[in-house]
Amino acid sequence: MPVDYMSLANAKSRGKRPQYFEDPMNERLMSMLLATVQELAVTRERLDTVERLLEKSGTLSKTDIEAFRPTKDEAYDRGLAHRDLISRVTRAVQQEMEGMKMDDKTPQQLADEFSKD
Amino acid sequence: MSDTKIIDVPPSYTVVGQHDMMAEASHDDIARFNYLTNMNKYLSSVLGAGNKLAYDTRVLPAFEKTHGRKPESRHEIRRSMMMDPYHRIWSAMRRNTMEQRQQAGRNMVLRQIDDLVAKAKKYNDGADTLKFDDSVDVPPYVAGVDHHCMPGSYHTELFDEDISAGANYDAGLFVTTGGALGAYADGGGQAVAKWAQKEYPGWQPKRILDIGCTVGHNAVPIAEAYPDAEVVAIDVSKPVLRYGHARAKALGVENISFQQVSAEDLSQFDDNSFDWVQTTMFLHETSNASMRRMMAEFHRVLKPGGLMLHIEQPQYSDDMPLFEQFSRDWDAFNNNEPFWSKLHELDLDEVFAQAGFSHNECFHTGVRAYADPAIFPPSKTGEGEDHGRAAFWHALGAWKEGEPAGAKKAEAA
Repeated sequence: MPVDYMSLANAKSRGKRPQYFEDPMNERLMSMLLATVQELAVTRERLDTVERLLEKSGTLSKTDIEAFRPTKDEAYDRGLAHRDLISRVTRAVQQEMEGMKMDDKTPQQLADEFSKD
Repeated sequence: MSDTKIIDVPPSYTVVGQHDMMAEASHDDIARFNYLTNMNKYLSSVLGAGNKLAYDTRVLPAFEKTHGRKPESRHEIRRSMMMDPYHRIWSAMRRNTMEQRQQAGRNMVLRQIDDLVAKAKKYNDGADTLKFDDSVDVPPYVAGVDHHCMPGSYHTELFDEDISAGANYDAGLFVTTGGALGAYADGGGQAVAKWAQKEYPGWQPKRILDIGCTVGHNAVPIAEAYPDAEVVAIDVSKPVLRYGHARAKALGVENISFQQVSAEDLSQFDDNSFDWVQTTMFLHETSNASMRRMMAEFHRVLKPGGLMLHIEQPQYSDDMPLFEQFSRDWDAFNNNEPFWSKLHELDLDEVFAQAGFSHNECFHTGVRAYADPAIFPPSKTGEGEDHGRAAFWHALGAWKEGEPAGAKKAEAA
């Protein structure tokens, strides 16, 4: 049964999708951004496999890459790399979270404060 | 760095238990699942804390200023939080991660669907342990919404003999739970079986009904724990039944059958014919209206002294802070689990009582998913718990009047 598995994979689920942003265009942009981050993560994990295999044998094939299974420690390092990418990409969100704990002043407020005798 | 492992990351998808029916994951499928598993964990364990901060520092003060009082329900908190930019972007990321997980699983499965269907047929054709009934309608609570953003849900058949919904669901459980359900996503069923064996060591149920079994990931460990019992696993959806039956065969489990039956109409089963009726993370995918019919049926088919047990996330009680209730409600409003919120506010003991179980036969207990702790992180409870998704559940049960439950304990003594 020939199927366009890519379009089928992308199918919408039944049920009205919540809207998180005022502008629906931002919903689409967020989805595209996160998919791009995901594919970057995939590429980096593949590159990690290539590097590890090259280091081990000095040569490799596509079959080697597909067959590669990390040890527990290697898997941890790769999980850590995903987390590192995620933390870099979500920096702005983390900073908003931290900002809620800080009593920040604007540059003008600070300048006024520093100018007081 | 890897010796100290200060930072907690979920295990790689490569530890997922392999069986003949699993979709074959390419290097990049695995990497994609690993990214998504990590993203889910990061969103809950690191960035999730920002939701409470946003609530405490600006959402609650603004609410109090406007209304002159504190919020009185989780719904009031939700409506206010959905206006907060932090909660919005966190929710948008979490929703997208779920959608991406569905896409990743479906792409992998549909790419190799011919091979998977052929394999399933090898196990299923001619087997008397797989039964369909075309008179079973897909109920509105399944047909009306695709649970957890799973396009086509459990029931949609894209073509004849389709099993794609089952194969996708089986592959994705690991990602959604960060591996907390173990190698075969069977931590719930294992936990239930271990609980029963520990609490009632002398009890040997002969016939067990698993309701809303999907791919049988929770029914199989019960069948393995009670090899002399006959397990009947039912669901309304053909694709998951086909996949689940083949999966159980591939795992070498023979004392289980998969049948297309609705939990609301068990008329093909006799009165007093099961020792145990089990649901695992099923009730929240049904409806208020169906629940009373189901419970009455569960009571009818149970033998006197038989056990009815439901595994769910905890009910919302007056003791549970409203913000925690709001957190636990996220999936109801953002992950296509519409009944989740209403189920968790029901007085289930009362529902059981209306079905014929007397109050003094009802009990509540906690059940933690069983997964090999050497590979899988134990599910957190309390601070930092992934509310609503942690593999730590409440078991709500009732023994049908008859042989007292205490007798089952005493047999072992």
